[in-house]
Amino acid sequence: MKAKARRIKEGIYKGIFTFLAFASLLFLVGITITLFLEGLPIFKEVKFLNFIFGKYWYPTYEPPEFGILPLILGSLWVTVGAVLICVPLGVGSALFINELAGRRLKAFLKPLIELLAGIPSIVYGLFGMVIVAPFLQKLLNLPVGLTAFTGSLILGIMATPTVCSISEDALSFVPRSFREASFAVGANRWQTLTRVVIPASASGISTGIMLGMSRAVGETMTVLMVCGGAAVIPRTFFQPVRPMTATIAAEMGETVMGSTHYHSLFAIGLILFLITLGFNIVAELISRRYRLKLGLGR
Amino acid sequence: MNKKVTQNFGFGMLSLCIGITLFFLGTIIYFIFIRGFRVISWEFLTEVPKEAMTAGGVGPAIVGTLYLVIGAIVFALPLGIACAVYLTEYSPKNFAVNIIRMSINNLAGVPSIVFGLFGFGIFVKFFGFGVSALSGCLTLGILVLPQIISASQEALLAVPQSYREASLAVGATHWQTIKNIVLPAASPGILTGVILSIGRVAGETAPILFTAATFYTRGFPKSIFSEVMALPYHIYALMTEGTHHEEQTQIAYGCALILLVLVLGISAVAIIIRQRQRLTYE
Repeated sequence: MKAKARRIKEGIYKGIFTFLAFASLLFLVGITITLFLEGLPIFKEVKFLNFIFGKYWYPTYEPPEFGILPLILGSLWVTVGAVLICVPLGVGSALFINELAGRRLKAFLKPLIELLAGIPSIVYGLFGMVIVAPFLQKLLNLPVGLTAFTGSLILGIMATPTVCSISEDALSFVPRSFREASFAVGANRWQTLTRVVIPASASGISTGIMLGMSRAVGETMTVLMVCGGAAVIPRTFFQPVRPMTATIAAEMGETVMGSTHYHSLFAIGLILFLITLGFNIVAELISRRYRLKLGLGR
Repeated sequence: MNKKVTQNFGFGMLSLCIGITLFFLGTIIYFIFIRGFRVISWEFLTEVPKEAMTAGGVGPAIVGTLYLVIGAIVFALPLGIACAVYLTEYSPKNFAVNIIRMSINNLAGVPSIVFGLFGFGIFVKFFGFGVSALSGCLTLGILVLPQIISASQEALLAVPQSYREASLAVGATHWQTIKNIVLPAASPGILTGVILSIGRVAGETAPILFTAATFYTRGFPKSIFSEVMALPYHIYALMTEGTHHEEQTQIAYGCALILLVLVLGISAVAIIIRQRQRLTYE
């Protein structure tokens, strides 16, 4: 009898967890479905290729134009600029913390960087708008301070702690024996670092870079505030741009539900979703491949 | 000789990297602190905005942010932890579960504005909650859900399999094992993950942009169906709306300082818990 009651109790707990798990999965599936349901109708009115490669974004003109090439290029420029800053700085800092910092300094720097990774993006936006943009405008003698370059700079600094933190994790997983073997054959610290430690942790470092990049592509508030917001195809770095995320943020509030403009913003959201999906799949593939290569199969 | 020169040059570059990184981050925090500190006062923390946003305080924005964060956590925490427990302890280990795990990891990286879009389409419009604290809480909750699930899953997977086997071997049931052995062992890990995600939620602006936040409310939020002011949104609004640019910038610095202290404070708690945990293991 007691055994039976116990079995029922077990069943109830399992039932509760199963229910809650599926409820949360339902929400997460819901996002994906909503994006498709609300985003795809745009292609009934605008051809897919015209949407992606259209050069003009005038959603409120008469007749409206829904070409998101300027927005895609805006995101691309800002992200490329940010990556050029955050990858060397982030990976370099991680190598410093891992290789050069003493025990104490490491115990201080590692949590500090992790903490700094949590600074809200709106704070970077404020700083960029009030301090960096006027400074760059004066320094480089530009007509406006809010440009793709300013955005890249701020985003790059913003993504650096993330890249650094994850890369350092990866570096710390390299077995000690790898270094010892390298020293034993006469390599010095720098050779060991560049030819043994970095290749051995390449998968983790590239995961960090991927995450840094996807943070830069998906960042909204900073680019909304410091990139200038002009939806034109950028010719130089020192020109205002309007990345995809900023477009959604700036225009969603004014759209009529169910209108073409509304659907076009969801379609941009869908594209962002697919881009991050792409980054994640690439990161996953890289880490699998290296794991196999190193014989650290899981 | 050459080897040595290369090494010194390389190490010099690495030191330069960390130097530049810390310099930039330090500068940002320094500016926010110096400029924000000037406007902080008891009145600033507790009063409502006055005279077209140029005077008074940001009390309702602080309260609004707390409401949104608490609401999001109340919604996402039970769901997230239960989902992680189910996936690691109950579900069969097969291809489908692997796919689910990968999708959750992927959702944790989806831009927050996309969650805002979803919240707007579903909660604000489809369910008709309007622009309200409720819509904002749910949107932020769904944003942290994947993060809570993956952090909890990681902590649960780190509990050695032998713990579970030992517990089952002495006759404990599956649930007793989870409750008495697995969850206590995983709880510091779960806690750090959860606290870190709370910190992130507090600073998020994009998801509440068109689901919950407004520039000005008369007094403090009254019900879950009313619009709320929130610190991160308030900074944005102060910088982009209104006419008194000079005064509004000062108030924005004050808000940024409060937000920074709030977010970094919450994250610091998580990081300290983890450091302690690491020390006990070592």
